[in-house]
Amino acid sequence: MDFDLSEEQRLLKDSVEGLLNDGYDFEQRKKNIAAKKGWSDDAWKKFAEQGLLGLPFAEADGGFGAGAIETMIVMEAMGKALVVEPYLATVVIGGGFLRHGGSDAQRQAHIPSIIDGSKTLAFAQLEKNSRYDLGDVATAAKKKGSGYVISGEKFVVANGETADTFVVTARTKGGQRDRAGVGVFLVPADAKGVRAKGYPTQDGLRAANVTFEQVEVGADAALGDPENGLPLVERVVDEARIALCSEAVGAMDESLKTTIEYLKTRQQFGQNIGKFQALQHRGSDMFVALEQARGITMYGTMAVSYDNAEERATAIAATKVQVGRSLKYIGQQSIQLHGGVGMTMEYKIGHYFKRLTMIESTFGDADYHLRRIAAQGGLFKN
Amino acid sequence: MDLSYSKEEVAFRQEVRDFFKTAVPAETRKKLQEGRHLSKEDMVTWQRILNKKGWAVPHWPKEWGGTGWDAVKLYIFNEELQLAPAPQPLAFGVNMLGPVLFNVANEEQKKYYLPRIANLDDWWCQGFSEPGAGSDLASLKTKAERKGDVYVVNGQKTWTTLAQHADWIFCLVRTDPNAKNRQSGISFLLVDMKSRGITVRPIITIDGGHEVNEVFFDNVEVPVANLVGEENKGWDYGKFLLGNERTGIARIGASKERLRRIRQLAAQVQSGGKPIIEDQRFLEKLTAVEIELKALEMNQMRVVAGEKHREKGKPDPASSILKIKGSELQQATTELMMDVIGPFAAPANTGESDGSNELDDWTTMIAPGYFNYRKVSIYGGSNEIQRNIIAKAVLGL
Repeated sequence: MDFDLSEEQRLLKDSVEGLLNDGYDFEQRKKNIAAKKGWSDDAWKKFAEQGLLGLPFAEADGGFGAGAIETMIVMEAMGKALVVEPYLATVVIGGGFLRHGGSDAQRQAHIPSIIDGSKTLAFAQLEKNSRYDLGDVATAAKKKGSGYVISGEKFVVANGETADTFVVTARTKGGQRDRAGVGVFLVPADAKGVRAKGYPTQDGLRAANVTFEQVEVGADAALGDPENGLPLVERVVDEARIALCSEAVGAMDESLKTTIEYLKTRQQFGQNIGKFQALQHRGSDMFVALEQARGITMYGTMAVSYDNAEERATAIAATKVQVGRSLKYIGQQSIQLHGGVGMTMEYKIGHYFKRLTMIESTFGDADYHLRRIAAQGGLFKN
Repeated sequence: MDLSYSKEEVAFRQEVRDFFKTAVPAETRKKLQEGRHLSKEDMVTWQRILNKKGWAVPHWPKEWGGTGWDAVKLYIFNEELQLAPAPQPLAFGVNMLGPVLFNVANEEQKKYYLPRIANLDDWWCQGFSEPGAGSDLASLKTKAERKGDVYVVNGQKTWTTLAQHADWIFCLVRTDPNAKNRQSGISFLLVDMKSRGITVRPIITIDGGHEVNEVFFDNVEVPVANLVGEENKGWDYGKFLLGNERTGIARIGASKERLRRIRQLAAQVQSGGKPIIEDQRFLEKLTAVEIELKALEMNQMRVVAGEKHREKGKPDPASSILKIKGSELQQATTELMMDVIGPFAAPANTGESDGSNELDDWTTMIAPGYFNYRKVSIYGGSNEIQRNIIAKAVLGL
């Protein structure tokens, strides 16, 4: 048992934190958000130069063959800096589908342009009525010749208006909520019948509602088994959940640090407000919440490589529950302890709160995951 | 980073588990599972079984009977002990006094006391808290005046756990009332409970149990040879001792064991025509506790694995998390137990288990267990004190 990072992992941590410390402060982030895409090409290029975009891909595919711990390191650093560029959508999720489900040809067609930063991806999954159920898919993929015709509407697709390629879940057979019959397809953003309507999200990122109207794709668009793609979706989304939890740990860490700094400088009644025990104890409880989230995120990160899909899913669901509880407490209290200034758009603490809040409702909130684990008899049933 | 146990550690766990399986006396195991109090004899018998095996004081230096296990193995040993369940060796001797002795006592004291602690020949209790000195321990008033070869001790200690069984008590006493601050002028004394002038009075707690006592000192004469370390340096030794108390206080293994019993009981108790273990609301509450416990277990392991990077004897400030969350979760498990037993928590057990009382069923221990466990967020530095520690030592407030 060893909680230390390896030499390479420490180097990675130093370099990604160094990159973001130097070139990604709160003012820079505002500029990136104001850019045409809603994120910065320049920052993206730097991520590519540092090798961050190629991290999880196999060496044979041109990547570095890094694992879940490396993704945890990167996402935590991105959480600290509140990065708005589409790393999760492109590298973790889009890349995850290609790594776990892509054929040789699909990997060769897409991975090099992810690694060099020239292309980004988006995951078109959420539907009007699906909420957190990944198997609830109404979008249809009808067989036509050797290919498919995709029709349906997807919502809150992160990076949806700027992605070059969509990874789309669509049903090839069965009823709307059947486990079998979910397919996963690669669809070019410029394919005929694809329409993306973009908008900003509450946390400073951007998303789109994407309509697929009779979009024709070839047989080579299907990732994995088009009639049984749900296990692939679950695997990739589990990795995305853990990446989000790591991002949340970074954002919580920075929220707490910022809040404590404020307690040490803000004067009222002739002293730093951090001298008041009521506020000290609140800070201590935030620290406990942060460490509980950090501890279980390590557990979830290790679970990414479990062979047994059910054990993996349970461990990651447990992680999302704990992180959800912690982020709510830390997010809310960080605003409370800042008082009025925490309410202002100008000050950074509120932006952490907003990002944390959106993470909670991405790919299942604490209640959803708690219910999932409870439904199978709890975490320690064996 | 590798969060799995090595092959050697897995084998070690199995070895410990196998030993506990046969070595714990059946009656003792049953009492622990049912949440009953152990007798002095139960504790002594168990400690001698461990001592014979060479596992009485695994965390001590080898020359005094330690095993040389690293922090991970010590953690595994302790977790298996709690899971078995087996009695936790009496902390006052092996965890609290022992390390003070082998760090600051003289050779003669070490040679005499340490082996007797390991074998539980001497039952030790702790004389720190006083009626006016709880969280604010430095305000203690019990005084020891040097008169020739003895200290004459006068005063009162309280919350003295299991003093009714004790042969000895280690005390913080004030030896210099004129010291420049309250922390100076305190000494660490070993006092024979058979000394003339000691009176032990039981305190019955809300669960009806007799764990704690008041101990009165009326002109008790203590040989000067029973002073540990230097006179007036006792505060430092006491602080060191309390730091040791915090590690292992999370009792994660014990909470896991109680969760196992909760599941067993919940499979038997009916609610709405089905076992309560199938009730969605109950399962969600149970799962929520399990998830927090899992997170805490990871943090416990982080503290344990990080031990190799820390200066010896300096506890990780993060261990305050273990105290806060560990105690809250121990309490949460006793609360879940109450949820399961529902209205049948009410009947109280009037006598010791003599088999004559039809209510003399282990479920009568559930409510007392719930009442009793309110103590865990109070002792060992209350959870509010732990928050002060985090605010100061970690957050720098």
